[in-house]
Parts: sequence; C-alpha cells; structure tokens
Amino acid sequence: MHNILLPAKKLSGWGRYPVEECFIAKPSTVMDVQMLLKKNKEIKNWIVYGLGRSYGDTPLNKNGGVIIFTKWNHFISFDVQSGILECEAGVSFNEILDIVVPRGYFLPVTPGTKFVTVGGAIANDVHGKNHHVDGTFSEFVKDFTLLTASGEIVRCSRSENSELFWATIGGLGLTGIILTVRFQLIPIETTYIDVHYQRAKNLDEALLLFNQSDEKYQYSVAWIDCLAKGSSLGRCVLMRGNHAKLEQVDLKQRKMQTQNKNKISIPFDFPSFALNSFSIKAFNAIYYNIHPKNEKKIVDYEKFFYPLDSILHWNRMYGKRGFIQYQVVFPLESCQAGLTKMLERLSESKRSSFLAVLKSSGDENQGLLSFPKRGFTLALDIPYDDSLFDFLKSLDELVISYGGRVYLAKDSTLSPEHFKVMYPKVNEFRRIKEKIDPNHLFSSSMARRLGILED
Amino acid sequence: MKNVLILGATSDIAKAIAHQLARENVNLILAGRNENELNRIAADLQVRYKGNYYPKVFKPTEYEKHNDFFRETVKLLGRLDGVILCYGYLGDQKIAEQDNSMAREIIEINYLSCVSILHVAATYFENLRAGFICAISSVAGDRGRQSNYIYGSAKGALSLFLQGLRNRLSKLGVKVITVKPGFVDTKMTFGHKGMFLVAKPDKVAKDIISAIKKGKPILYTPFFWKWIMLIIKLIPEKIFMRLSL
Repeated sequence: MHNILLPAKKLSGWGRYPVEECFIAKPSTVMDVQMLLKKNKEIKNWIVYGLGRSYGDTPLNKNGGVIIFTKWNHFISFDVQSGILECEAGVSFNEILDIVVPRGYFLPVTPGTKFVTVGGAIANDVHGKNHHVDGTFSEFVKDFTLLTASGEIVRCSRSENSELFWATIGGLGLTGIILTVRFQLIPIETTYIDVHYQRAKNLDEALLLFNQSDEKYQYSVAWIDCLAKGSSLGRCVLMRGNHAKLEQVDLKQRKMQTQNKNKISIPFDFPSFALNSFSIKAFNAIYYNIHPKNEKKIVDYEKFFYPLDSILHWNRMYGKRGFIQYQVVFPLESCQAGLTKMLERLSESKRSSFLAVLKSSGDENQGLLSFPKRGFTLALDIPYDDSLFDFLKSLDELVISYGGRVYLAKDSTLSPEHFKVMYPKVNEFRRIKEKIDPNHLFSSSMARRLGILED
Repeated sequence: MKNVLILGATSDIAKAIAHQLARENVNLILAGRNENELNRIAADLQVRYKGNYYPKVFKPTEYEKHNDFFRETVKLLGRLDGVILCYGYLGDQKIAEQDNSMAREIIEINYLSCVSILHVAATYFENLRAGFICAISSVAGDRGRQSNYIYGSAKGALSLFLQGLRNRLSKLGVKVITVKPGFVDTKMTFGHKGMFLVAKPDKVAKDIISAIKKGKPILYTPFFWKWIMLIIKLIPEKIFMRLSL
C-alpha cells in the first residue's frame, strides 16, 4: 500500500487568507479514501480540497485532514446526442471545455474561472453570468454519488435521497465526498458570445437597464466602479450577451475549438503597496472610460467568461498578505437602498476594490446553504489590512439589515451569529447532517468558525 | 506508432504516457492488475480522445499466462508497434532485510516478471523486424545504496537485461529503450522524505515518448540525472561504502 498521508502542511484558499496547518492526503481511488477515513484514528475529521479556488477557509481543516482529490478526475461517459456528461468530481471545468466545445456543447453554468472542479461547483452551488435566467450549476445536475461517513456510496437526485441531494448542493463538502456527477450540457453553434456593452452613469441607471432588458440576454454582468462618488456613485459598464449564432460569425470563426491562448503568469508576489487606493482609482477611471457608451461586439468565450484565467496566479497581485473577496446578495425589494449604502461605505472608507462586479440574481433554489436569491449581487476584492475585519463586520450588519447575505465560497470572516440570520435553513441542514454524519467525520475550518454543524 | 501495449497502466507515469499517446491517435492496450482502475482509465480516455483503448488484466508474476496474454493483446489490435513497461514495486527495504519474502517479491516484480513478459514481446518484434520495447528502470539501479539496494539491484538487473536485449535486437530493427527516471511525483513516492529535484509525471512521459521516437537507447529523465548518477558512480567504493546514501 502506498503512502497516502503527508505530515501537516500550510494550506490556504485562493485569497491566501487564512493559512492553516492541515494533514494532506492525495488519494486517487475510492478505496484509498475509504481506507483513509477508516484507518486514521489520529485524524478525526476530513474535508475535500479541489483546485483551491474558493477564497477563504471553505476547504481548510486546521489540524485535521484535507483530501486533495484532483487525481479523481476521470470522465465516465459523454452522450453526444443528449449532451449528458458523467464524470468524477475532480474533473475541472477546463478539462470539460476541452472535451465538449469541439463537439458543439458548453458548460450550462460557469463561474468566473474554469479552474474549478465539478465537485466544488456542487459543494458551493456556483452561479454564473446566466443566473438570472438559468439558476445555479446544480439546476443542470441530474444526479451524483456521495461517499458518506458510514463508508456507503449513495446516489442522490431530486427524486432519490432528495433530502441529501439538497443538503449537498451548496453543502460545502460537509455531507460527504461527492464522487461522480451526471449533468446536462448546453448546445452551442459557435464559440463566440454576442456581447452588448453599455455604460451606466450611476447605480440607478444600471439597475434600470438591468430591470428593463435582462431577459433578452442569457449572460448579464456589470463591472462597477466602487470609488466613484456623488452623482456617479455606482457607475458601471454592463456586459450582456448571448451565444453567437452561426451566421453572426466569420467563416474562420466557425471552427469549434477551445480558445486556450498563451498564458502569462504572475511569477512573484507584488509588493503590498502596488495595489493602493490611488492605482486602483486610476485603473477604475480608465476602465470606465475606455468602454464605449453603447456597442455590440462578437467576443470569444474565453475573454467573456474567464478574463482573469489568462493570468495565472493573479492572486499574487495582492501581495503576500492576500485579499478578501466579499460577495453579497440583496433581495430585489431592498437592493437599491442596500447597494447604495454599501457603495457609500466603501467609497467613504477609501477601501478600493480592483474588480467589482454587479449582477442580477435569479430565484433561490432548494439548496439549504445555497447563496443566490432574487435580487442583485455585488462582488468585491479588498486588499487585506488590519482594520479590514471591523469594516467587514459593519458591512455584514448592513447586509443583514437589508435582508441580504454573503457568499460562503468567498467568505473568511463572517461570525456565527450573522451566519445564522443569513442562512435560516441551517437548522434543516444540521438535522440532515446529524442523521448522515453524527460524529462529524466531515468538518472544516469554515464549518467550525460559523457553527454550521452545531449551534 | 499506431498500436501500443502499456504494462502497469495504472501507474502515474503510465497514465501520463497514455494521455499523450492518445492525443496522437495511438490505440492502447492498458494492462495491469487492478481491473476496476483499468476500466476507469480506459473509459476516461475513450471520452477524451478518438482512438481505441482496451483494459486488460495482467499479473506480472503469473508467468505461465504471459504467452496467452500477449497473443490476445496482439489479436485485439491486429498488430503491435511497441510495448512500454511501467510497473514497478518499491517495497520496503527495512522489511526486506529481515524478511526474505519481501526481498523476493521486490525482485520478482521488478526483474523476473519483466524478463518473462519482455522475452515474449521480443520474440514477436523479432519476427516482425520492427517495433520497440521500452521499460522503466531506475537511477536506483546505477549504484547499490543502503537505503534501497534490494529495489536497486532488481532495477540494475533490469537495466543490464535491457542492454543485452538491445544488443540482440538492434540489428533486427527493434528498438530497446531503457528509462531511468529520478524522483517523480507519483503514488509510489508520495510522502517519502529526502526527495529533491522532483519531476512531474507529465514531463517524464514526454521525455519517454520522445526517446522512443528517436530510438534513444538509454534515457535519464529529467536529463540532469545522467550527470548526478555519473558523479555518484565515479565515487570510489572505498569512500562510497562509508557514506549513508
């Protein structure tokens, strides 16, 4: 038997905060995992880590076990007629695009990076630019198999073990280990997106545009300038589009191929002063102004969906201290007031966000810890500093007062009290967890920080 | 290169080789002990690439079945252009020093079984007057060291065997390639202490395929191991025997 457990090692998520000591295992088969869970008496609990794109402590387990499951990345079947793909949970969206794009299919939902695993996409119930019309990734999941704490492998779908299905969707890996997944792809005619760029002078204008015409676009998102003030507060560049039809592209653009361009890599940590409020303000002003007021363009999917994936290790731009991603959703009825308040706070505190994204969000699903609900979501990257936690705490309170919540895949600072208010279905989650894993064999730093498993 | 047999197809280096060959439209027989794993790997390749990939159970120490195994393999693909032997067994040196059954197992898998199956392959390619035999030996076989001399001696014997086989077959148009990897980041080495200059299986696989294409007789991969081993081999025995390597 091969050695499958390493001594404690420092591990972090994409935001590089927090960094924690965990015992790492890299099994490549289910049997390896079953042995690991059974035989390691000294390690009390485990969590799965995929490609490390969640930002905070979702996949960390301080002084506990972390299963890096990227070797569990085999395809099982692909039905080109129906567009149903079955694969192991460690397969990445990047690998899927390589296989399915040449055969005329696309991911039904994708987050802003393709370096996520299918398992991670379910465990965080990820959403994409089409959430307002299509919902989260789990909408397209037919079924999956789950290795539970008892060592059993259970099939879960909307009709089979549905309780466990909805606890696992957005369940942060706490219900067990997702093994294989069957999900529906969507057909595409070209690898291009027909994008409509529009500038909005301020938040009110942006929300108006979103509300007026969002159903016309399958994909819809806005980049927002968090440093603009006064009458320009919340000025945006809206980027909305649909998959381009065959007749919309040139002959030479009709070849169905993945668009893996040469990548540049950030080879070292930027000094922490590189991204300061001045440079970010300058960037934001330039970014707003280089975009035309109103323009349509045919853009390749790589550029539209994954602008940052072409820069490997872009998180190093924030320096060694890292940054914190903060994403919130405000419900429709209070979003205008909530977003305005939040942008004012950011602008007042001179906390700059290099990349801030505003997007309309569709209906909530049945995932017990799933993030999106109808309204608007705002995502920010805030460089780390010592007073950041207090600031975020005040934002959490603001979010709660408007009936919103923060996205756990990006969180590393939320308190258990605030978590409980934002995710009221947690009691139902705990009930199912007690049934399936009473000894908490699956746990994580996030689960303990937020008191997800017990009050 | 159209049709290739990979022995020990579930190893990390073998998997990397399989992906790279499949990408070049090579059909593969994936042979190994663990049937479930072989099925899993074959299904994955079938979704990703366009060729044919057949899982086939092969147990290195069931010598009496080697002939039938090889015949069936050839039948599956019609013709075979080459064999890549990737399996190996590190075992436990400390146990092997006390318990001869462990020592014997290491030698059987890493040497005796290779002689048997590669001789069957040699006869096939000899008659064909074409093809290649590539086997993964190890830098551990270049000089005996206290930390792994059982494994090392079996790999050293394999290297000598391949050298002789090359001498026998090269005139007949059959290439024999000895691969000597250094430390590679695989299941076999995961968690081992004292490793340095660790290479990725993908890089090693790329080197191996390129050596096969060029007919390079002995490949150290990554290349600098050639120089490291040269130095290690040059240390006089009187000094070497006092070192703890």
